[in-house]
Amino acid sequence: MLRFLVRRLLQAIPTLFILSILVFAWLRSLPGGPAAALLGDKATPEKIANLNHVLGLDQPIFVQYFGFLGRALTGDFGNSLVSTQPVMGEIVTFLPATIELGMTAMIIAIVIGIPAGYLSARYRGGPVDNVVIVLSLIGVAVPVFFLGYMMQDILAAPLGLPSQGRQAAGLDATAITNFAILDGIMTSEWDAVWDAIKHLILPACALATIPLAVITRITRASVLDVLNEDFIRTANSKGLTQQVVRTRHVLRNGLLPVVTTIGLQTGALLGGAVLTERVFNFRGLGFLLAEGIERRDYPRLQALLLFGAVVYVLVNMLVDISYGIIDPRVRVR
Amino acid sequence: MQQLRLTRTRRVALIGLAGALAVSLSACAESKREEGAGGGTGGTMIFGAAGNPKMFDPAFNDEGETFRITRQIYDTLIQNKPGTADLEPSLAEKWESSNEGKTWTFTLKSGVKFSDGTPMDATAVCFNFNRWYNMKGAAAQSQMIYYGDVFEGFAKNEGDASGDPVYKSCEAKDPATAVLNLNKAKGAFPAAFTLPSFSIQSPTALKQFNADTVTQSGDSFTYSEYANKHPVGTGPFKFESWDQAKGEITLVRNDNSPSPAKLDKLIFKVIPDENARKQALKAGDINGYDYPSPADYGLLRNDGEQVLIRPSFNVLYLGINQANNPKLKDVKVRQALAYGINREQFVKSKLAEGSEVATEFVPKVISGYTDDVTKYPYDVNKAKQLLQEAGATGLTLKFYYPTEVSRPYMPNPADTFTAISEDLKKIGVNIEAHAEPWNGGYKDDVQKAGKQDLHLLGWTGDYNDAGNFVGTFFGRKKAEFGFDNPQLFSALGAADASPAGDAHAKAYQEVNKQIMDYLPAIPIAYPTPAIVVGPKVKGLVASPLTDERFNTVTVS
Amino acid sequence: MNTLLNKKKEPIDKLAAASGRSLGGEAIRRMLRSPVAITGGIITGLFLIVAIFAPLLEPKDPDVHYLGDQIRPNFIPGAQSGFPLGVDDFGRDFLSRLIAGAQQTLIVGVLATIVGVLIGVIIGGLAGAFGGWVDTVLMRLVDVMLSFPSLLLAISIAALFAQPSQWTVILAVSMIGVPIFARLLRGSMLSQRDADHVLAARSLGVKRGAIVFRHMLPNSLGPVIVQATLTLATSILEAAALSFLGLGDPDPSRAEWGLMLGKASHQFLDVRPELAYYPAIAIIIVALGFTLVGESLREALDPKNRR
Repeated sequence: MLRFLVRRLLQAIPTLFILSILVFAWLRSLPGGPAAALLGDKATPEKIANLNHVLGLDQPIFVQYFGFLGRALTGDFGNSLVSTQPVMGEIVTFLPATIELGMTAMIIAIVIGIPAGYLSARYRGGPVDNVVIVLSLIGVAVPVFFLGYMMQDILAAPLGLPSQGRQAAGLDATAITNFAILDGIMTSEWDAVWDAIKHLILPACALATIPLAVITRITRASVLDVLNEDFIRTANSKGLTQQVVRTRHVLRNGLLPVVTTIGLQTGALLGGAVLTERVFNFRGLGFLLAEGIERRDYPRLQALLLFGAVVYVLVNMLVDISYGIIDPRVRVR
Repeated sequence: MQQLRLTRTRRVALIGLAGALAVSLSACAESKREEGAGGGTGGTMIFGAAGNPKMFDPAFNDEGETFRITRQIYDTLIQNKPGTADLEPSLAEKWESSNEGKTWTFTLKSGVKFSDGTPMDATAVCFNFNRWYNMKGAAAQSQMIYYGDVFEGFAKNEGDASGDPVYKSCEAKDPATAVLNLNKAKGAFPAAFTLPSFSIQSPTALKQFNADTVTQSGDSFTYSEYANKHPVGTGPFKFESWDQAKGEITLVRNDNSPSPAKLDKLIFKVIPDENARKQALKAGDINGYDYPSPADYGLLRNDGEQVLIRPSFNVLYLGINQANNPKLKDVKVRQALAYGINREQFVKSKLAEGSEVATEFVPKVISGYTDDVTKYPYDVNKAKQLLQEAGATGLTLKFYYPTEVSRPYMPNPADTFTAISEDLKKIGVNIEAHAEPWNGGYKDDVQKAGKQDLHLLGWTGDYNDAGNFVGTFFGRKKAEFGFDNPQLFSALGAADASPAGDAHAKAYQEVNKQIMDYLPAIPIAYPTPAIVVGPKVKGLVASPLTDERFNTVTVS
Repeated sequence: MNTLLNKKKEPIDKLAAASGRSLGGEAIRRMLRSPVAITGGIITGLFLIVAIFAPLLEPKDPDVHYLGDQIRPNFIPGAQSGFPLGVDDFGRDFLSRLIAGAQQTLIVGVLATIVGVLIGVIIGGLAGAFGGWVDTVLMRLVDVMLSFPSLLLAISIAALFAQPSQWTVILAVSMIGVPIFARLLRGSMLSQRDADHVLAARSLGVKRGAIVFRHMLPNSLGPVIVQATLTLATSILEAAALSFLGLGDPDPSRAEWGLMLGKASHQFLDVRPELAYYPAIAIIIVALGFTLVGESLREALDPKNRR
């Protein structure tokens, strides 16, 4: 297992290296440069040029790249142009919010998706099945940001839920890990916990739609596959109770592809999070990225893209490991 | 479990739970949650700001979101009377110029102390002027946009900076008298002393927290501990904390201030999305926010919120570059463009309530504005006729406009472009559209390379001086406009040199007439942004300069 | 290797394996029996007709500011005679703009898909035809692309352009399809390498190039079309997301559903929400239509479902 992990990590290095060169070179080739984004309204082109010179942007590109790489290897990705704070620090500060949001969305998707998919398969062709299929098809066809706005406008007020933000403004909650719920529990600030949960509901629901739809469909398809397998027929003909057949055989075997899907969808959530966090002013990585795009904050974009790649490699590895635990056949490889 | 609560300042420094537990023991005295209007008189105000501040040392800053906060922490020598661009005393009770505008004598308010308890006297004032003048390092100097604008040069210019310093020396004659000696007179004074970049900061704190250290970090800068954590001034509030994760900047009342606040606490909550700010106000999460969308004014008022309209201090113009298309050198063609744009309809349909059609390049509140200029009301036939006379029918123009930007003078460039280009098509001008990202080279192409025939740009005034507008635009030959009119340049130079007061205003009125006859560009509108506060907020005065000071504000 | 990726690849490979057999007639018959396929077909058909004949169907010129003088920041006229769906924020006829938008949306969706197919087919075709180290290198690249969340990939690419335009949107969105089509084609080519018709052609002395272009490529077309239909739906949605994030086509006169929805949901939800609802509904219906057609095609071509 360890050798497998090490090999995977080593494999990722050239990919990340090439990615870093591509991103760096591309960003450097753009007109304007960071000075335009760093200075405000009053900056004349001369002052912008002066600042670009001060920043060393007129040096040969490979000199700049190795400077960047040297700092990046020590974890220093420079400072943001928008906030002038270290980008790495920003990522560390904002990551917990995204994890919190993503996990909540994934839990919603799993808790609703798997039973819905299972029921749909069990009563194939019936009304339940049809409703589930139609909803799951619509679920992937609705633009996420539009859904978010609709929830804000239509659901927030009647349900008494906050329509934006991650915490009530000015709420004096202790921040230790920056996971709002966890911090609240650790310090027994129960009102802060409740506040954080309320703020999570709408954005998490909006973010959950696509994984929910996908998980439902995969569960349905996979359960249908399993129901047709010989060993189910065998089990049934052996006279095992429906209960045993369903839980021991159908669900267990049917869930394998679902686990993979959950892994894949977790990665895809990062994309959806950009839209959701932007709409709901939820201060996570997606918010950071959207703000970086709007303000052309190149150091921040650069760091976020590379960070995204690293995380993705890690998530892939984690899923592989968990897959190995569920399916012993994988371990052999 | 109350003991576990810490004040936010300390929290920032914490790394782990262990640290939290350790500090909490010493901090339990201050650990109380604010509930509404706590112990003080005016309560707590939470204001939704539109963007992140960079840090809190205004000397290194040139953008509004940082100034919004530093204006509460610091005072300047002279300030703008609330709601206007007129001057009134602040730290200086009196000011006068002598020696043909080359010497400025400030009589300071006595007994004023910074929030750290050190005295705000003539020595402190001169310390600040000397600090700016003697600033070292290209990184630091390149950030001091306003100092560079007004005082033109440093003791030792670094980087590509050049320019002879306007500043000569500062003498503290006695604790209440500071004398500023300049190498040359400028029309910008005394109004420029109101600029937030020239806020008077505590010398002790500046020195203690190494305020002058500005270092490069990648493509950006790291500012000093002073600028990030320990800004000290005489303003109505003092800095308490900046929580990056929440996007909250917390200020508390400064009891040492000469203009003390009524509020106990003032929190700026950064909410970049306009819609989210509106939602937050509706939900009662914040007590007010900046830059509401013009579409929402009515709805906000119906909800009982107060929409405060700022008098306009902006001008939006359609730039004309005469260098690329010889037809544009003909004043008739430029006049045709002016007649051909339905500015009335644009202002009514696309700009916020309170905005007006611009008749010249300075807004109405500026001294130097005159109603007596040549005007170009919407007239399609006249426009077509002028084009015909000039032999410029079927003219094709390259029209540059920026994307990914919204400014008080240019709330929506794409909409502005759509409206204007539609009008121009109607008079037979073909438009070749060029959209460019604001931070992706727009200014370079338009102001330095001069690639365009037409372009959108504007200006927000910094202080009450017409030269800050027309002098900046048309004071010299520029790639942006591509014309050479020595007569106009010298008239602007003379107006800038004329002494402050009536003569100054008169000189600029004449220049404005001249400009509107020559028509080097077309003024489109005086857009005006608003600020909105909830029904319980009292005492906030909207300022044309977005110079809202929260010391008079209460929240019931 | 990466099992997670393998799983993502599985349906693609399954689809690839389905090629090279004559299923056409049976598949069509099966689809005509399925209500899902028929619904999808009707939606897609209508959309295509509207999009292609948009200039003929528009009741008014979509670019003229008819009611420009009535617009206020907080007021946009609603439905009235001559303007069945009202006007937009410049007084342009909204129905005409929606119809014009169908065409622009189709152009963005189709071009993005075509670019994705082309690049993907070139990569996959090369890998499949040559095998060996070419295959290894190209497939490694494809795996990297496949492993990145698609919207994030599109955002990254769109954000990297100095100047957003319709083309940068198309290119960014097309990248979603590239790795999928590359794997699809490679799988299909590999499965055919030893198929009878290829062996027959080879034994007759037909040149390698001719075999690839005349025999192998046409036979891979079925699964590519299925996947292209599904990708089209995603493309339309992702283009809308890019517009929303400000990475879309900056031309303010262009009527494109994603742009219309992005702008209206930022600015007019309280003034005239229909300006957001209509394009949103249009996008949802069309994305649904293409998904239905794609899914039922896939099902129809799946050998497992053959009886």
